[in-house]
Amino acid sequence: MSIDSSMLVMIGLTIISAATPLVFAAIGELVVEKSGVLNLGVEGMMLAGAVSGFAVAHLTGSALLGVLTGVGAGMLLALIFAFLTLSLRASQVATGLALTIFGIGLSALLGQPLIGIAYEGIPNYSVPYLADIPVLGQLLFQNDLLVYGSFALVLAVSLFLKYTQAGLIVRAVGDSPDAAHALGYPVLRVRYLATLFGGACAGLAGCYLSMAYAPMWAESMSAGRGWIALALVVFATWRPGRLLFGAYFFGGITILQLHAQAFGIIVPSQLMSMLPYIATIAVLVLISSTGSSLRRNAPASIGQAFHPTK
Amino acid sequence: MIRLQPRAEPSKLMGYIAPLIALVITLLSGMVLFALLGVPVGAAFYAFFIEPVSSLYGLSELGVKAAPLIMIAVALSIGYRANVWNIGAEGQLILGGICGGAVALYFYEVDAWYVLPLMMLAGVIGGMLWAAIPALLRTQFNANEILTSLMLTYIAGLLLSLLVHGPLRDPDGFNFPESRLLHDAATLPIIMQGTRLHIGALTALFIVVIGWVLLSRTMLGFALKVNGQAPNAGRYAGFTQNRLIWFSLLFCGACAGLAGLNEVAGPIGQLLPSISPGYGFTAIIVAFLGRLHPVGVVFAGLVMALSYLGGESAQISLNLPVAVTGVFQGMLLFFLLAADVLINYRVVWGRARTARRPSSEHGASL
Amino acid sequence: MGSTESKSFENALVSMSGITKAYPGTLANDAIDLVVRRGEIHALLGENGAGKSTLVKILYGLLQADSGHIEWQGVPVDITSPARARELGIALVFQHFSLFDSLSVLENIALGMAVPANKVLQQKIIDVSSRYGLPIDPDRQVYSLSVGERQRIEIVRCLLQEPKLLVMDEPTSVLTPQEVKELFVTLRRLSREGVAILYISHKLNEIKALCSNATILRNGKRVASADPTAESAHSLASLMMGDELDAPSRENRTPSDKVMLRLNNVSVIAVEQHDVPLRQVNLNVHAGEIVGIAGVAGNGQDELLAVISGEQYLSDEQALLLDGEPIGTLSPGQRRQRGLCCVPEERLGHAAVPGMSLSENAFLTAHHRSDLRSVGLINKRKSRRFTERVIEQFNVQCNGHLSLAGSLSGGNLQKFIVGREIEQKPSVFVVSQPTWGVDAGAAAAIHKSLQAMANNGAAVLVISQDLDELMLISDRIAALCAGQLSKVHLTESVSVQQLGLLMGGASIEQGAHV
Repeated sequence: MSIDSSMLVMIGLTIISAATPLVFAAIGELVVEKSGVLNLGVEGMMLAGAVSGFAVAHLTGSALLGVLTGVGAGMLLALIFAFLTLSLRASQVATGLALTIFGIGLSALLGQPLIGIAYEGIPNYSVPYLADIPVLGQLLFQNDLLVYGSFALVLAVSLFLKYTQAGLIVRAVGDSPDAAHALGYPVLRVRYLATLFGGACAGLAGCYLSMAYAPMWAESMSAGRGWIALALVVFATWRPGRLLFGAYFFGGITILQLHAQAFGIIVPSQLMSMLPYIATIAVLVLISSTGSSLRRNAPASIGQAFHPTK
Repeated sequence: MIRLQPRAEPSKLMGYIAPLIALVITLLSGMVLFALLGVPVGAAFYAFFIEPVSSLYGLSELGVKAAPLIMIAVALSIGYRANVWNIGAEGQLILGGICGGAVALYFYEVDAWYVLPLMMLAGVIGGMLWAAIPALLRTQFNANEILTSLMLTYIAGLLLSLLVHGPLRDPDGFNFPESRLLHDAATLPIIMQGTRLHIGALTALFIVVIGWVLLSRTMLGFALKVNGQAPNAGRYAGFTQNRLIWFSLLFCGACAGLAGLNEVAGPIGQLLPSISPGYGFTAIIVAFLGRLHPVGVVFAGLVMALSYLGGESAQISLNLPVAVTGVFQGMLLFFLLAADVLINYRVVWGRARTARRPSSEHGASL
Repeated sequence: MGSTESKSFENALVSMSGITKAYPGTLANDAIDLVVRRGEIHALLGENGAGKSTLVKILYGLLQADSGHIEWQGVPVDITSPARARELGIALVFQHFSLFDSLSVLENIALGMAVPANKVLQQKIIDVSSRYGLPIDPDRQVYSLSVGERQRIEIVRCLLQEPKLLVMDEPTSVLTPQEVKELFVTLRRLSREGVAILYISHKLNEIKALCSNATILRNGKRVASADPTAESAHSLASLMMGDELDAPSRENRTPSDKVMLRLNNVSVIAVEQHDVPLRQVNLNVHAGEIVGIAGVAGNGQDELLAVISGEQYLSDEQALLLDGEPIGTLSPGQRRQRGLCCVPEERLGHAAVPGMSLSENAFLTAHHRSDLRSVGLINKRKSRRFTERVIEQFNVQCNGHLSLAGSLSGGNLQKFIVGREIEQKPSVFVVSQPTWGVDAGAAAAIHKSLQAMANNGAAVLVISQDLDELMLISDRIAALCAGQLSKVHLTESVSVQQLGLLMGGASIEQGAHV
């Protein structure tokens, strides 16, 4: 069996496109969790982003408008979540579940007329000169803009959390909202903004699925990627660099089924499709059982409601 | 300006009223939604809420749909009270269906009294096995059960698909991905002639009673509640947390597994690639809407069953997508969570700056 | 007196007048006046629940008063936020430190001052900390620091703002007597440099030693102003607590020779990051005595209680003996059945479930010994009777047996919890911080019931940070330091200073040689 370079490039590109939505969704949730909020509704926000982005891109013919709409849809759902959990102090776990159920239903309803419609996808952008490098250039410098954007976003979040004043405040709010409040920081406003950022990222992840990865709309097309993104944040122990690595690892597992047959491996497709979910469980077990680094990096106040009056 | 003012003690009354408020607002929002979709509001309302229950058959269908929801939601309520967030009941339901169905197919055309009990047993065990995985991972490796139980749901769905495409496929079925139709001795007896209402509805009521006694009267139920509200207090009182996690998950696995078997051996009558319209997920909403209380769950289960029937009826008469049901369910849970704020807070209009004397405030919590 | 009043207003740095703040159920501040002059150390004195913290939060902009106004250097001001307070020159060292465990010292200080965490700030920290003798390393992560070091961060953070008014909320509750001395040196130096200090405490000896002026609060009202150096501790106490208080006095008991609770070389390794390992703890508690264990928080108190109560299992059953029987591997419930009852420090969420009724909270621990079950099921009638007995005998203020534990005041809840355990008539009773954050009346009641238990022949072990409390009620006393227990001494033969040595890990003999 021979594997030539064009096949390697093809595999590489599918890994990138499978990993990119995970990167978006997970990096957003990472910031949300750093501020002490656990939003389990990533799956719902992704689907809302996917369906609205696809619809607008299809109607207007503008990919940019589509992406903006998808981001807005994700933020809108995140706003509902933030209002319920932050202003009305509802349970974050229950509200997150509600968000997912709502997102699945709403996207299926709105997406009904979109099923079966073809979309040419977000155009690729070749970086001048670099794209001409054999293999590497094809792999790294001929992607669509969102792929480049995902790397930039991870870098930006990483720098933001580590080096900026605002990033420090986000971490402080997640570590001890009471102390942050006592020092006069607006805990709820910080958490609102972080949650909205998470919604925007999840919306973007959804857009990538329906406008670049597929590109088409199908009911519940995210197929659990929102939940995998949540697991990725844990796997990354809330560090952006590890998160990027994890997303590509999962991207690789996701596309195994596409290429298994090409390598002559005959396994029922269902078994191959199970792989990402099994891998998620395995990774969670691995990270959770070792403990100490998880506890040190985990935002101490995650999932707890904050009562500023106390 | 609206402000929230904490109550001295949570309001019991609001605990009952909040779900009703949520229902009413959901109905109103639903009408707005229909209007936005260009559907005649009156017709949609009729199709959704009146037509499905305007006949005896409709009412029996309500029971058919409500039974699995109630069974699972009672078990979930118990788990949620113990802070065990099993959201993979759907997967446990599927495994129950697979195991029970497999037993039925193994005894295909064996006309004996023991087939059905064996199937039920297999269904229960299947669900418990699937629930045992997150329990093991949580207690041994500290892995979050929300994520593991959900991942297992996806795996269960794929497993069912694999089986009905392969080993359990009907040999005479022209390669359709479905099993043989279960024979009479392997299907649940009907309890009302001319309907599909089967004895599964009775098992649901049985589980409600068990759940109620467990939560309100037993040491185990008390331990579960303490553990959910204050795990440290549970440890101090001498309750073993891991045992409670195991119990919560296994009990839910058993109930969901039985619900799955009831679907396969009841209304469906064979194994198909999909054996549930998301009962395991909807049961989460049922549990919350029913205040995590077995009796409340019965009412909530009937309401949510109606949303399924309404969705189907609206699809037939108004050509609305079935997904409307999901939107309704999500909205209902949102409004419920929002209305729950009234249990712990009272809503005050304007900026209350008046100093209150202790005496006037005491015991005045509605 | 009239002349000093007017003079004080001329020099006033801050004057608060008519401050009122209500919460549902309580009036925390009722028309309080407070004047602090430049460079003075002013005590704000009052029992727990007197309204001190609320007043301070209003001064620091964390709470808004319902009515009343504040003047700063003679000019009316509206302190709407902590940032505004800092701008004016007010700095606050919190009682429960507002620090972020997962961040570094530098980052914590940067957050407290709302400036970037850079090299400039780092240098400033090093300068200030060396000038005032408060050594800290800016790069350390806070979770790895001791309580005393954490307080230093707070103080350095405040000093970096060059405040005109430094507010300290119960600063010594977490310090050893030696550390308190060092703190006072720093505070006096600041006062000489012209910084006004508002010192909040309920400890009379400290206030007499440090402060030149005092405002005394009781039940949310200002009851008096006084010069603490001119008053006796007794007169201050009666101003602070009112006259109704019937405080227990020291009792002499002759304990029996019977060892009820024995710890044999108990060692526990730390699992979690914040745990303190216990190292070869040996202790005997006899029937009819009260043994006190002193120590600064975080030196193994929680771990010691967990080992005795059974929340932390021991591998060797012989390491813990109850009335001669090995119990090291028994569950908490089994230990209760045999007569060992414990009360942990944390009231809400550990000793009681906040969202459950008093009846249910009584059942939580009392069902083992007090027959609250019938045919294996919860007997609500018996639970109710038991609960009502506790409420009545321990004078718990509540709306009956169905009140939620979380709705009770700290003092009433503590009376209920202690009462719940005493009502089970244990032969060995272990309690941690029995009067932490509890008002004076409740504290006196709890102390009396502990004494009564010992007089009736029970073995009582009290773990506490409050040295006054231990000196008052315990017959023998020891101290925990970094998980090691000192030798046990007769309380009468130990001074507070010697106890301080024990708390610092030294022995009394070593102290004598220095």
